[in-house]
Amino acid sequence: MNSVSVLAAPEIHAPPVEFSQLAPMLIVFGAAIVGVLAEAFVARPARYAVQFPLALVGLAAAFCWTLWLGFSEKPQHAAADGAVAVDGPTLFIQGTILVLAMLSLLLIAERAQDAFTAQAAALPGSEAEQESMADGGIQTEIFPLTLFAVGGMMLFPAANDLLTMFVGLEVMSLPLYLLCGLARRRRLLSQEAAVKYFLLGAFSSAFFLYGTALLYGYAGSVRLSAISAALSRSGGSETLLLAGVALLSVGLLFKIGAVPFHPWKPDVYQGAPTPITALMASCTVVAAVGAALRVFYVAFETLRWDWRPMMWGVAILTMMVGAIVAITQTDIKRMLAYSSIAHGGFLLTGIVATSESGLSATLFYLAAYGFTTVGAFAIVTMVRDTTGEAGHLGRWAGLGRRSPVIAGIFAFFLLAFAGIPLTSGFTGKFAVFQAAADGGAVPLVIVGVLSSAIAAFFYVRVIVVMFFSEPEPDAPSVVTTATTATAVALGLTATVVLGVLPQPMLDLAGQAATQLFVR
Amino acid sequence: MNYVILSAILFTIGALGVLIRRNAIVVFMCVELMLNAANLAFVSFARMSGNLDGQVIAFFVMVVAAAEVVVGLAIIMTIFRSRRSSSVDDANLLKY
Repeated sequence: MNSVSVLAAPEIHAPPVEFSQLAPMLIVFGAAIVGVLAEAFVARPARYAVQFPLALVGLAAAFCWTLWLGFSEKPQHAAADGAVAVDGPTLFIQGTILVLAMLSLLLIAERAQDAFTAQAAALPGSEAEQESMADGGIQTEIFPLTLFAVGGMMLFPAANDLLTMFVGLEVMSLPLYLLCGLARRRRLLSQEAAVKYFLLGAFSSAFFLYGTALLYGYAGSVRLSAISAALSRSGGSETLLLAGVALLSVGLLFKIGAVPFHPWKPDVYQGAPTPITALMASCTVVAAVGAALRVFYVAFETLRWDWRPMMWGVAILTMMVGAIVAITQTDIKRMLAYSSIAHGGFLLTGIVATSESGLSATLFYLAAYGFTTVGAFAIVTMVRDTTGEAGHLGRWAGLGRRSPVIAGIFAFFLLAFAGIPLTSGFTGKFAVFQAAADGGAVPLVIVGVLSSAIAAFFYVRVIVVMFFSEPEPDAPSVVTTATTATAVALGLTATVVLGVLPQPMLDLAGQAATQLFVR
Repeated sequence: MNYVILSAILFTIGALGVLIRRNAIVVFMCVELMLNAANLAFVSFARMSGNLDGQVIAFFVMVVAAAEVVVGLAIIMTIFRSRRSSSVDDANLLKY
């Protein structure tokens, strides 16, 4: 009977689309599509010169538009018929993603030491590979792919219904799967990372989707506000609801890299080309945490007594496992991956707080952590020997004697990760822990401080290796180029400024969080 | 409701398949089975709640799944060409 009345509905009205509020995303996607066209029509040698400025200008234009939206219009509005929420947190997160993506793009565009393969289709070790290497080109498709991924990252935390969120998740992930497999050296590792990331990523997004289906069955809609309204009505199947929340959380926690769902992270971070690792470790984490914040604050806020115990457990496990396993690592990228897992745990304590201060603290933490991460991975790309990047920690011995400036900056980034005062890491950690303690999660804060102390141990160990041991005779050298140095300098500046003078940024995050999320 | 139960069974078979099977292609097919189980759930919930949202969502999911197949098969094919094997157990260079 129902279906008959639905089918008889007279006509479909086109939904209103507020183009000016969606413009940052549209600009990024537009630039990506122009990039695809450039791949088709521009001659191969000229492509790099077209693609890099195009991508950079696209991201910068989108960032300017986001700033303008944030400071002039102050929208608190669900655009596109309620599918995309344009509010304070969205704009803050999108702005952060765009800046971090620009920094990562500087690393991606580095030509002095190519990180990307010349021809992804050529077999490793084959003649075709040597030929394409000799031609000196690179696969310029990385630029449009990066832009598509960034566009998806901007949509993911802005989505106001679970379907848009799923589409954003896939638009973000699919290009990243490909980018992971495009390393120039150690190609087998890179391809293996791509396969692992792809299979596990697809697995987790299937969980996300099935959770969405169950919540649709419970609430009759995938709109976050409708789910929240259905919760307060009560009635409906509790089983559908709880199973839906659990499956959806699996999908979100996988992207954050929280502990039962973390094993992909070290493998993928190690195998992927380092500029892409920088992009994933900063922007993807920001996007995923942003989406988790929106889902848990908007849709499931009234259900928090049900999901909080689970999130407590996940946060504690994530902080401890990340910090403890990192101690045993010998590869620098793998160690940073475990450190990123531990930081995911700190971010989860901000989500658990479910308060305005928790939201603003998490937003600040995301920005602070993102800059430090891009800076740290930028330095990883600079330390090189004859086989490419010197990944093994032992090869970093004595770096402080050979190039004190770079080693000093890296040491500073590590101290920021550890959360030493006067770095951005300290301000961020202090803010989330304070919010969590105010929200009654004192045990969580104690575990967080403990895990920070454990983490400080392996960060300091790297510093000791760099400064207090003798360099090997064939130790790697530091290759400095303008673009990478710019990325390092910007990351360093942000880390120092957010540590010494955090107030403006804290105010900005606080302002973005004042009205929480639109519904 | 029976269709929802069927979709849950399909989803479980898919999830178990991902965990148990060793061939990357089969693992990927199991993921597709999970996505289609979600589609079945969407369509049957749409029927139960009497709005069309679920049916429209199913179309979106099909498009996304198709895009995922393109990317996934490309990646699996690349690793098969360089290793002559598509077993997920053989890909073991990255660990600890």
